[in-house]
Amino acid sequence: MPKDGGIGASTTRREDVRFLTGKGKYTADINVFGQAAAIFVRSTVANGVIKSIDTSAAESMPGVLAVFTGEDFVDVGGNPAGWLINSRDGEPMKEPKRPVLAHGKVRHVGDAYAAVIAETEQQARDAAEEIIADIEELPAVINMADALAGDNYVHDEIGTNQCFDWGWIEDNRAATDEAIKNAPHVTTLELVNNRLVPNAMEPRASIGTYDAAGDSYLLQTTSQNPHLTRLLISAFVLGIPENKLTVIAPDVGGGFGSKIYHYGEEALVLAASKKVGRPVKWVADRTEAFLSDAHGRDHVTKIELACEKDGTFIAFRSETLANVGAYLSNFSTATPTFLHGTLMAGNYTVPNVYVNVKTVFTNTAPVDAYRGAGRPEATYSLERVIDMAARELGMDPVELRRKNFIKADQFPFASAAGLEYDSGDYDALMDKMEAMIDRKAFEERRNASEAKGMLRGLGINAYVEACGIAPSNLVGVLGSRVGLYDAATVRVNATGNLSVMVGAHSHGQGHETVFPQIVADMLGIDPGSVDIVHGDTSKIPFGMGTYGSRSLAVCGSAMVRATEKIIAKAKKIAAHMLEASADDVDFTDGQFTVKGTDKSVSFGEVALKAYIPHNYPLEDIEPGLEETAFYDPANFTYPSGAYACEVEVDPETGKVTVERFMACDDFGNVMNPMIVSGQVHGGVVQGIGQALLENTTYDENGQLLSASYMDYVMPRADDLPFIAVDHDGGTPCTHNPLGAKGCGEGGAIGSPPTVVNAVIDALQSGGKNVTHIDMPLTPSRVWAAMNNA
Amino acid sequence: MYAFDIERPSTIADAVKALKDEDAQALGGGQTLIPTLKQRLAMPSALISLTGIGEMKGVCLADDGAVCIGGATTHATVAKEAAAHYPGLAGLAANIGDPAVRNRGTVGGSLANNDPSACYPAAALGSGATIITNTREIAADDYFQGMFETALEEGEVITEVRFPVPEKSHYQKFVQPASRFALVGVFVAKYADGVRVAVTGASENGVFRWSEAEAALSADFSAAALEGLTVSAGEMIADLHGSPEYRAHLVKVMTGRAVTAVA
Repeated sequence: MPKDGGIGASTTRREDVRFLTGKGKYTADINVFGQAAAIFVRSTVANGVIKSIDTSAAESMPGVLAVFTGEDFVDVGGNPAGWLINSRDGEPMKEPKRPVLAHGKVRHVGDAYAAVIAETEQQARDAAEEIIADIEELPAVINMADALAGDNYVHDEIGTNQCFDWGWIEDNRAATDEAIKNAPHVTTLELVNNRLVPNAMEPRASIGTYDAAGDSYLLQTTSQNPHLTRLLISAFVLGIPENKLTVIAPDVGGGFGSKIYHYGEEALVLAASKKVGRPVKWVADRTEAFLSDAHGRDHVTKIELACEKDGTFIAFRSETLANVGAYLSNFSTATPTFLHGTLMAGNYTVPNVYVNVKTVFTNTAPVDAYRGAGRPEATYSLERVIDMAARELGMDPVELRRKNFIKADQFPFASAAGLEYDSGDYDALMDKMEAMIDRKAFEERRNASEAKGMLRGLGINAYVEACGIAPSNLVGVLGSRVGLYDAATVRVNATGNLSVMVGAHSHGQGHETVFPQIVADMLGIDPGSVDIVHGDTSKIPFGMGTYGSRSLAVCGSAMVRATEKIIAKAKKIAAHMLEASADDVDFTDGQFTVKGTDKSVSFGEVALKAYIPHNYPLEDIEPGLEETAFYDPANFTYPSGAYACEVEVDPETGKVTVERFMACDDFGNVMNPMIVSGQVHGGVVQGIGQALLENTTYDENGQLLSASYMDYVMPRADDLPFIAVDHDGGTPCTHNPLGAKGCGEGGAIGSPPTVVNAVIDALQSGGKNVTHIDMPLTPSRVWAAMNNA
Repeated sequence: MYAFDIERPSTIADAVKALKDEDAQALGGGQTLIPTLKQRLAMPSALISLTGIGEMKGVCLADDGAVCIGGATTHATVAKEAAAHYPGLAGLAANIGDPAVRNRGTVGGSLANNDPSACYPAAALGSGATIITNTREIAADDYFQGMFETALEEGEVITEVRFPVPEKSHYQKFVQPASRFALVGVFVAKYADGVRVAVTGASENGVFRWSEAEAALSADFSAAALEGLTVSAGEMIADLHGSPEYRAHLVKVMTGRAVTAVA
């Protein structure tokens, strides 16, 4: 049993007290004395040449302090891509500049080309309407295949719409081609991984404050990683020295990836504050969020599975077009490559894997990492084609997967896609899932559905993903321009309680609850005496923030290391106090005890001694009790899962209802099971949303048709079943001190193919010859597929 | 939002007078108008709220048994107070939007706006209701004139809607999953002198009567009577939630379900 409130306890989330009582303090809640308001003027066309922008009328409007256009930022840097990916021929990717404000051309609907700063938001909006922009609309490039075939370029200066043509692993290409050519059975599937709009509950917002006295800047912003944002602004965009720029990400209402990235609006409010001498605040409205947040997914893939007649996998080969939108967002080149191609061996011992990804510029919003980031795309391709192969081979979909699973005794396992999975037990997960879903009774449930005129289907799925990103040396070789360690400072206060400054940022994850559980457990103290400080670059060590299910595995590990240093030092202090050798001092349950004696001092007494170092060996031990550790992981962590879903399809309307959903995950050691369950619930909901509901649609002119909640379908409670989860008894991660694997994305990775597999199963059971439908499986799409309409 | 004045008259006469001002706009529950204003898609000089007019609120029975509903009556009130007299209508009102919408939105506002996917137009047309304004009475068959188009004149206010009560009625809504408006909604009402079938959500021309189904159901009030009928996709709406063919198909499915629910 876990210690009371320690590791493994389902402690309720302490941050929820403020979130659930309206006391959260989000960027939009912050009002700074003297603040002015910024409003952005955004393109209404997807592609156009900016011939002129007349700001004179706007500048003379009441309350207007300044008007900016792209012209004002030609001398500052662009917002860079974080990863350099080389094409198969060794050519580096194309990196067109992403300016603070569009200059010369607008490249997607929502591309900001001007900004108005005024006394009030209302005045800024009024003035924004008086900006006269002569923008010559050009034909838009929307469809990826068209973008590659034509000569209408999103960025004229690079002369192509292809960012790169990447092969993984290029040396395996010939062998994979050969294996597929000679294979007894090949299943081929063309599919779309649909574009998603992140839709964090809190839209983006930023406040820039310039302090002329210190020539310094403060940016309060909706970020998942304030240090990374500061680094990007300092080193690449505005050139503000890091020591002159503080970035604070206060309470942030969800990110799902979309708030990893630095956006032009953040640079604008900083530059504007300096120019007008006032703090400048911008809060996006929901329409801006739809049009200008980095979207997710948007792959078009052809996947092939070659196997023996008995179902033994021989090869996976995929060709993907990945949309990056109009500009390269910070992680956009890593997401479809190293977060996708490396997972294309799945949970399987398949010997040959080859992945080709061409990334394509289009006149659409930038596309980047969104919950799962590349791994949902990999899992979806694999698990859909495996399901199709099972049907073609007449094999049970569970048995086909089991036949090819990496077995528990094969770990660590070097996958054919270049990763070394450290631990897992995929058969055990499948066993658990089959028991949870009560598969034996499925036919009874199907019959009951049929009796009321519904088609019932069972979908199953297995996934493995790579998260807890990432080993810096490895990602450096692969093209990352940053390291992916994290950092924590554990400060024991004089009175024995603790403030822990962490590089990870909590925007829904529950760090403020879980991180103290870990430190308190290690120190044998009450978790209530530990508080987490995060989100403020002036207070926290340089960590890389929260994404890629990394907070616990990477930042949590840094926190463990720092706490170990605390214990080591405290032990020395205690030894002095106890007049013993440090080697003879044990530390358990918050007490330092001389071995074999009843002589002991408490952790609190040691802390006080460290800060009031009277009768203290100052020549040997520094006063104070504060330690920092940076932790760079040795490998990714590899969570895995077996999911099952049962749906009912109304054969008259095509409407799909998810009746049951079971998620069995292996997240290694679990720190707070309740919070992990919540993570899975949230991820599964997003996965069901992707599979059934979320239909991001641009028309041929580049207008976003699904730009509001009147047309973009977010999953709601009545769209969802009870979601049963199980993450007990996982296989611990072998290379981090907590044995923990990331749990933030598994739900979103494992669920979409589970749902689609279930719908196909339902349709097939009803005698419909439907082998695939592209997500989202809306009623109209399902109906059309059933009726060949 | 642009700046505007707001008035809250307490009589129909005062409201009509206030609406004579150029660019004045009547405000019912605001469930369409307020979001439109927030998007800066409309710039009225003044909003004339109709929600303070007592004589435009409430549900009562006319001598001929018709259910009379004040134009400023909310959906929630209709759902509650019409339930005993006209359950088909009350059921429709009870499933419009969400509780917040139902407690603000009004029957007059919905009918005046005539959103092609709104529920109330189906009930009004399907019941052969009479739309009563400050100046005249308009039969539902004459009132709906296409998407967002009605017989209302500038400044004319719906003060009351009179619904003849059928023997049987039911509304089947297949929701557009984002807005939860009707992707296709069908109101079926069986009167002594025949059946009326009104369809919302589906047509480019707004709410319409499916006369073939009315004839078939008047002869035989059962879903089986619809077999063999087809709905033309010709004037159906195409959008990301459904093709014209899909909507045409749903019209028949929803009609059958509405009949089955009460047959």
